[in-house]
Amino acid sequence: MVAAVIGVIRSRNLFVVVMLGGIYSFLMATVMVALDAVDVAMTEAAVGAGMSTVLLLAVLGLVKTREAPLRHSPFIPLLVCFLTGAALIYGTLSLPPFGRQDTPTNQHVAPYYIKNSVKETGSPNIVTAVLASYRGYDTLGETTVIFTGGIGVLILLSTSRRRRLKQSSDEDSST
Amino acid sequence: MIRDTIILRVVIKLLLPAILLFALYVQFHGDYGPGGGFQAGVAAAAAIILYGLVFGVSAARKIVPQKFLFSLIPIGVLVFSGTGIVSWFFGANYLDYSPFGSDSKSGQHLGILIVELGVFITVFSTMLAIFYSFAGRSEILSLDGDTDK
Repeated sequence: MVAAVIGVIRSRNLFVVVMLGGIYSFLMATVMVALDAVDVAMTEAAVGAGMSTVLLLAVLGLVKTREAPLRHSPFIPLLVCFLTGAALIYGTLSLPPFGRQDTPTNQHVAPYYIKNSVKETGSPNIVTAVLASYRGYDTLGETTVIFTGGIGVLILLSTSRRRRLKQSSDEDSST
Repeated sequence: MIRDTIILRVVIKLLLPAILLFALYVQFHGDYGPGGGFQAGVAAAAAIILYGLVFGVSAARKIVPQKFLFSLIPIGVLVFSGTGIVSWFFGANYLDYSPFGSDSKSGQHLGILIVELGVFITVFSTMLAIFYSFAGRSEILSLDGDTDK
């Protein structure tokens, strides 16, 4: 993963960057599998490696595949990245060790789900039971977020498209 | 787009049903194995997008027409939120699927399936619509350039 990230930073060819991003996502998915989060791994593989790579490739069909040279010094963004990363790592220091029994996440509702989800929903996959049944409101919210995001992208792209079409028809009539 | 590569064309045609079948498997097996509406929607959309990348967006539009796709986006959310309203008619709380079946277990089962279907429809159509609008822009740009047509 580190090699993929360094490749993304070093490479000027955007095609290579997109492919390395896909590789990074696949590696991330394997990390999720190693953590026994198969559902998350599947989402990461499908969305991170599959969908965003394909969408970025579709964008690369529209733009040049070489990255433009930098016009400003990279030190301030670098500093911001390091500060944010340091803050996040500092935050993880106070997290309880991975997999401990007596942490709040393992004490609150999780034992209830593990004990009762098969009995109450008939679904052996606890993740699905929690997502669709116990936390149905949250999933409804997520679906609405996807809906809103999609509508937003469509509005952005289709207005400029209409303008573009109108422009080209104007040019046709003027010439 | 790549139009003249016979290997890509043949391989995509072979892979397309397999990807779609896998998406349906992930969708309807989500109760028992990993996966669910979200992953299945993305997989199905990826299948159509692959087809569109190789054969051109107009060919993909023949499989899933754009108008139909755009109407699917709100339908998915409506299926999900409508399920909650149907639970009201059964006298239960919003998004409580227990009264759908003869006992609460089968009701929950049916409810989860319907809700996952709503998620699937929304994710699938949104992803594909984003791809269509990107690719549609490239078509318009090439029309403007008048280079190859």
